[in-house]
Amino acid sequence: MSGRSAGTGGSPFAPHTADETAAMLDALGVDDEAELFDIPETVAFDGEFGIPQRDERTVRADLRETFERNDDLTEFLGRGHYSHYVPAVVDDLSSRSEFLTSYTQYQPEITQGFLQALFEYQSILVELTGLPVANCSMYDAAAALAEAALLADRVRSTTGSTVLVPEDLRDGKRGTLDNYVDGSDLTVETYPYADNTADLDALASAVDEDTAFVYAETPTVTGAIEPELAAIGDLADEHDALFCVGSDPVALSLLEEPAAVGADVVVGEAGALGLPASYGMGLGLFACSEEFLRQVPGRLVGKSEDADDRRAFTLTLQTREQHIRKERATSNICTNQAWVALRAAMHAAYLGPEGLVALAEDCVRDAASVAASLDALDGVEAPLDDRHHFREFTVGVDDAPGVAAGLEERGFAVHVLDDETLQVCVTDLNADAADDLVAAVAEVVR
Amino acid sequence: MNYDQARYGDETRNESLLSEKDSTEVDPGEGSALPDDLTRDSLELPGLSEPELARHYTRLSQMNWSVEAGPYPLGSCTMKYNPSFADAVAADPNAAVHPDRDPETVQGNLELLHGLQEYLATIGGMDAVTLQPPAGAAGEFTGIAVAKAYHEHHGNDKSEVIIPASAHGTNFATAAMAGYDVVELPSGEDGRVDVEALEAAVSEDTAALMLTNPNTVGLFERDITEIAEMVHDAGGLLYYDGANLNALLGRARPGDMGFDIMHYNVHKTFATPHGGGGPGAGPVGVVDELAAFLPRPRVRTVGEAGSAGDTAAAADGGALAGHDHGHANDATADDEYELFDPEHSIGKVHGFSGNWLVLIRAYAYIRRLGDEGLLDASAKATLNANYLASLLDMEVPYGPFHHEFAATAGDRDAADVAKGMLDYGVHPPTTKWPEMVPEAMLTEPTEVENRRSLENLANAFNEAFADSDEELHAAPTRTASRRVDQTSAARTPRLSWHALGTDE
Repeated sequence: MSGRSAGTGGSPFAPHTADETAAMLDALGVDDEAELFDIPETVAFDGEFGIPQRDERTVRADLRETFERNDDLTEFLGRGHYSHYVPAVVDDLSSRSEFLTSYTQYQPEITQGFLQALFEYQSILVELTGLPVANCSMYDAAAALAEAALLADRVRSTTGSTVLVPEDLRDGKRGTLDNYVDGSDLTVETYPYADNTADLDALASAVDEDTAFVYAETPTVTGAIEPELAAIGDLADEHDALFCVGSDPVALSLLEEPAAVGADVVVGEAGALGLPASYGMGLGLFACSEEFLRQVPGRLVGKSEDADDRRAFTLTLQTREQHIRKERATSNICTNQAWVALRAAMHAAYLGPEGLVALAEDCVRDAASVAASLDALDGVEAPLDDRHHFREFTVGVDDAPGVAAGLEERGFAVHVLDDETLQVCVTDLNADAADDLVAAVAEVVR
Repeated sequence: MNYDQARYGDETRNESLLSEKDSTEVDPGEGSALPDDLTRDSLELPGLSEPELARHYTRLSQMNWSVEAGPYPLGSCTMKYNPSFADAVAADPNAAVHPDRDPETVQGNLELLHGLQEYLATIGGMDAVTLQPPAGAAGEFTGIAVAKAYHEHHGNDKSEVIIPASAHGTNFATAAMAGYDVVELPSGEDGRVDVEALEAAVSEDTAALMLTNPNTVGLFERDITEIAEMVHDAGGLLYYDGANLNALLGRARPGDMGFDIMHYNVHKTFATPHGGGGPGAGPVGVVDELAAFLPRPRVRTVGEAGSAGDTAAAADGGALAGHDHGHANDATADDEYELFDPEHSIGKVHGFSGNWLVLIRAYAYIRRLGDEGLLDASAKATLNANYLASLLDMEVPYGPFHHEFAATAGDRDAADVAKGMLDYGVHPPTTKWPEMVPEAMLTEPTEVENRRSLENLANAFNEAFADSDEELHAAPTRTASRRVDQTSAARTPRLSWHALGTDE
């Protein structure tokens, strides 16, 4: 019988037969499990939440019905959360229970498989960023950025205290950053954008001896490729501030590696590989220079040897972590996004360097071509800046909310930035529908 | 039971690295639509054919322990069996949407989030819940940030957070991260909070006390009402670390004990796979008075405005203790949902809305089990812990226990005993923690082991414990790797294949 206690209303995942339970209770000298609970009556609860037990089939049917309430729209949405087609083999291999239902690798001898996979993930990020150290994940890009700022606070504490971020930073990143630095001496300030990338002159006058950390994104939140990364890095360097670049692994496959333009830290969203659209769930990328090795937040996997001198992997430099250093730890992160990192590495290894570059090139070409098609429409301007673009770009129209509503009626979702600006993101998942989107925009703005 | 783990490779290494199987260098700038100065000159990565990829990762998987391979009784980690149906539900393509969708077009997702908020509030005896924190430690940080915002809003000048010495290390790191001084509380002789020591530690500076109940040796803090009163009288808040909630399901609720804030490790208590270290999810529940400070946005039914923390004075009063949260609203099918920002929200703790795929599984699991299943989970988890403890040759101080216990290896090295256990087809417990038990082996079998499995587990403990030091030092012998040299890994960090010599 599936679920020994299913018939009695117990947990279907507790495998005890009634006889076993009775024998165990007997061995402990009690009549009932309730006797084992040492809870004062004043705070005891009667066990009734009002949630009925349901069989598996009913739960699945209920939830299928629930999700059917979501409208079926073709999404041209990005702004920090990107989905590419994930090969079926990634789903299959990552769902092997030996990966999926395992825990953090506290006993390396029996968890070599996951440790090696995470070592490989770290290695892929090292290649993509050009930096020698990558951790094996943060929660998402927002947490990675916030942890990078706290790292700056630890290593630059005697001089600067200002964190400089773009004024166009996404609310989720800015809000998370604000909360993380709230307990530190850091103050967050913004620098302006011009033409959807950093306004270099304004940034130059904002950076001074108080600056601990300068953050730049490429592509930016509107998909513009930042042309002045090296100059921004020089500005940060001149004032002994940490230079942090935000990006993602698909973009990094094509764009100049951040280390080559002076980045001390690279953060970003690595879920663009391996993670399907998942309502904002992410994979925080974090890489940095050797200098900060012992200040890196989160987990690191290192190579070692076993007693037979065979190569082996293990979690390492754990004396930075909360379970050893407690309040002096580099961060409080414990559970991370290991399984998502595994999927990202699988996806990267499936595509290989040629496939990754081809995917990235498509992100450039498709964005340019869809922008050009939209720009050709009367009353539509795209893109709204003179930049190269990756996946996405801004679109000028007279009544952006009205156009977006019209598109929604026709089955498309786009971003509304303000009354006159939309943003459109094109990837391999929606490129086929781009002509239909352009036709729908033409209809709506007419 | 003896165990032989799969092992691939040769005398010098296990399964080859991806980079050893294939490595190709390309020039991404060549033929690019982008100008030269924006593109990289070189990208060197492996790229495997699909069959090679399948073999590589299948082999790696076989060199990895999981809860579906056998017992995984890591104390305070609650490694339960993860039901497959929840994975199937989470894979529903209709749930796979972008987080920036117009809320009106993702009513299904909002229905689930709202339903989970309600379930968690009811199970914890809390009034309002945020699902945004992406892990337990992120939940702790969110909870303490909410406490801080509350104190600042009311002009309370607070600088300290009190934490028992036996608490999870994340508590200390979290409090420090939020800018608080940590006051460490020694454990009493009975393994519980020493109420006199607490009395001495509590002051006007106390922002919060962070407490796990049952605590990390499985003991219920019986004086919880007195403890809550002491903290509240000083104007502090009581924070519940939900890591051990599995032991309490349906037996007691943190809200009823006087806790003001709690996080739920839904990946532990509500059984979603831990994925080799994550993702998890760490929703946070609070009492009415704190609801207005929760992260933005939250989900409510259209028409619910004004009742769940979007106003400073919540509808049903909300004293710091003694509130009474009703039963779960289990009927959700026809409601319309919207997002709203709590009035004094601390802002964001995640770039978007948290770890969605984990939240789906938690919701499905709670619906599957219902009241009776949840109650049985805590019953069997507690029965199992006590039964296993009774079978061990090792001394087990304190007790009786709830979900977990800390056996002591005495004059043996707990880490060595754990290595000895690896050859027996089980995963060893958490070792050398908490420090209040010398050479601790913190063990949490959870409800998913039955009598036979527990007896096998006890046998692994007892056999390893009886082995000589020499035998233990030679262990393990049946795993993919023999004893791994962790000292050299830390002394000479080699963190990528780029850092390995050409002789690798």
